[in-house]
Amino acid sequence: MARKTPEINSSSMADIAFLLLIFFLVTTTMDVDTGIYKKLPPIPEDEQLNDDVKVKKRNVFSILVNRNNELLVNGEVLSISQLREKTKEFILNPLNKEDLPEKKPTTIPYFGDVMVSKGLISLQNDRGTRYETYIRVQDELAAASRELKDEKSVQKWGKKYAELDDDQKAAVRKYIPVQISEAEPRNTGGK
Amino acid sequence: MSKFRKDGKKDLPAISTASLPDIVFMLLFFFMVATTMRDVELSVNYTQPKANELVKLEKKDLVSNIHVGVPLRKFQKTFGTEPRIQLNDQFATVADIQAFIASERESRKEELRNKLTTSLKVDQYTKMGIITDIKQELRKASSLKLNYSTRQTAE
Repeated sequence: MARKTPEINSSSMADIAFLLLIFFLVTTTMDVDTGIYKKLPPIPEDEQLNDDVKVKKRNVFSILVNRNNELLVNGEVLSISQLREKTKEFILNPLNKEDLPEKKPTTIPYFGDVMVSKGLISLQNDRGTRYETYIRVQDELAAASRELKDEKSVQKWGKKYAELDDDQKAAVRKYIPVQISEAEPRNTGGK
Repeated sequence: MSKFRKDGKKDLPAISTASLPDIVFMLLFFFMVATTMRDVELSVNYTQPKANELVKLEKKDLVSNIHVGVPLRKFQKTFGTEPRIQLNDQFATVADIQAFIASERESRKEELRNKLTTSLKVDQYTKMGIITDIKQELRKASSLKLNYSTRQTAE
């Protein structure tokens, strides 16, 4: 005689699952790490090499941040919100002004022969500068760089820079070189 | 026959809970996949600054964190209220960073060692002096990939 197999009681299954669920709920951290990505310059092997690199004054966009979190950009006091426009103007130099960076003709894939700015951004902050201010300056510079790249790529391909493929990105990067050099900090503000 | 039916109508059938485990399991798997275990206990307190131009950190296992912030209240008696560096579970000084980077490299596979990124998680009111010192140490340790950890500005 065939016996009916008794059904397995699965009501405790939910409890077990709940237990595991609660464990993972407690231990989980959902935050995705985001941030501003930077590459540090390697320490020069020969200390003197550093001094050999002379850049003309008009090619340098010098940003000084003091310990009161104030900005001095090329000898002019600016607020952080003005920094983006200034940076863009500096790098593009649309009117070929005398005091803005020189340009040198370069051949770039996709774009052909174009004039590329020789500008260099130099950022110097005091030891007493607040980290928040530093990040805001970095953020504005990054935003200026992205906007310029977007402008160029929209002109050329009708797409934003982020949507381009790698070769196109490299070309745009060559066209709009945004070099940020961070000088050694000055030791005037104390800790 | 008719009598039997009359009785049955009165009480509601029990709701089947058979699908409950399935639902719970679904949630469970979601959290299992999304989870990352908290690896260090923070002894410093920090609020990261806000920024717009953010990059996502892709490979979490290739990131080593350096925390800088004000020590928690229970540590303030011994460590003061000035921002301090925390590496792994302990308070550290700038001089410890090179050793920390070396040990972080040691614990990764050989082919991944030069892909390590250092993520700086720093309180927004910290002075740049300590950050500059950290950066110098990182350069000395030739760990050049750096990420300033920030929050997204609310639009």
